[in-house]
Amino acid sequence: MPIGETLPFTAVRWDDILFLVLAIMLLGSALLVVTMRDIIRCGLAMIASFASLAGIYVLLGNPLIAATQVLVYIGAISILVLFAIMVTQTKNAPNRLVFQTQAWAAAVAAVLIAVVIVSAVLLTTWPSTGAVAWTSTKALADMLFGAYVLPFEVVSVLLTAAVVGGVLLARREPQAREEDRS
Amino acid sequence: MSGSLDSYLVLSGLLFAIGTFGFLARRNAISMLMSIELMLNAANLTIVAFGAFVKPLQTHAAVIALIVIAVAAAEATVGLAIVIAIYRNKKTPLVDEYDSMSE
Repeated sequence: MPIGETLPFTAVRWDDILFLVLAIMLLGSALLVVTMRDIIRCGLAMIASFASLAGIYVLLGNPLIAATQVLVYIGAISILVLFAIMVTQTKNAPNRLVFQTQAWAAAVAAVLIAVVIVSAVLLTTWPSTGAVAWTSTKALADMLFGAYVLPFEVVSVLLTAAVVGGVLLARREPQAREEDRS
Repeated sequence: MSGSLDSYLVLSGLLFAIGTFGFLARRNAISMLMSIELMLNAANLTIVAFGAFVKPLQTHAAVIALIVIAVAAAEATVGLAIVIAIYRNKKTPLVDEYDSMSE
């Protein structure tokens, strides 16, 4: 039996409920990322925020972007961040202070940015159609491998360079130095 | 509410502000990188929201969002490699204890 557009016996639309739940999850887990003391838990909260953002992409009619978000952010970047946390955590020097000494200035700056962006959004009349239009995967593929094929290739070169650069920066050096001297 | 562009843009602005706070206030270099990821996600949400609500931008926005995700992956790789390389020298991930870059 198909479910209707609205919640049974009320006029509340399912999309609105999903949007509210996902938005609260997104902002809540993002706040946890920036405020929690244990950095491993920050990483796990970051995964939760990426997942709720993937849900919002589906609400916006872009299931392919949502799938890419899950694959790249949750599958690759989060794992990379968690591994980097495990490599750089020191047991002998626990962090007593989570924030810098001037964290209040950062809070003021963040609130100012939020006020400016929100007021700019609400005061502008956007040329919006008023309804979400679903993006077809075929049209996206046609455009990605047609009009946007040059940026696509440039991004592939950039990714190769990033992989090589990452390995070069993060590897241990002393053995190479020894060989140079001998 | 889910049918208006404004709500998505406000959501993205708030996410960006949270990321800004984390980037400016945290001491741990990896926390700062995580905050940068939050800000990149906010920018991407803006792009996708405009694509969903403005007809001429529709497919372009999705393609640009895909490219932004790929560039964010490259940024995370290099950023974390730099943090690990500095950690090898300084033995701390806290940015306020990095007082010189050469040693």
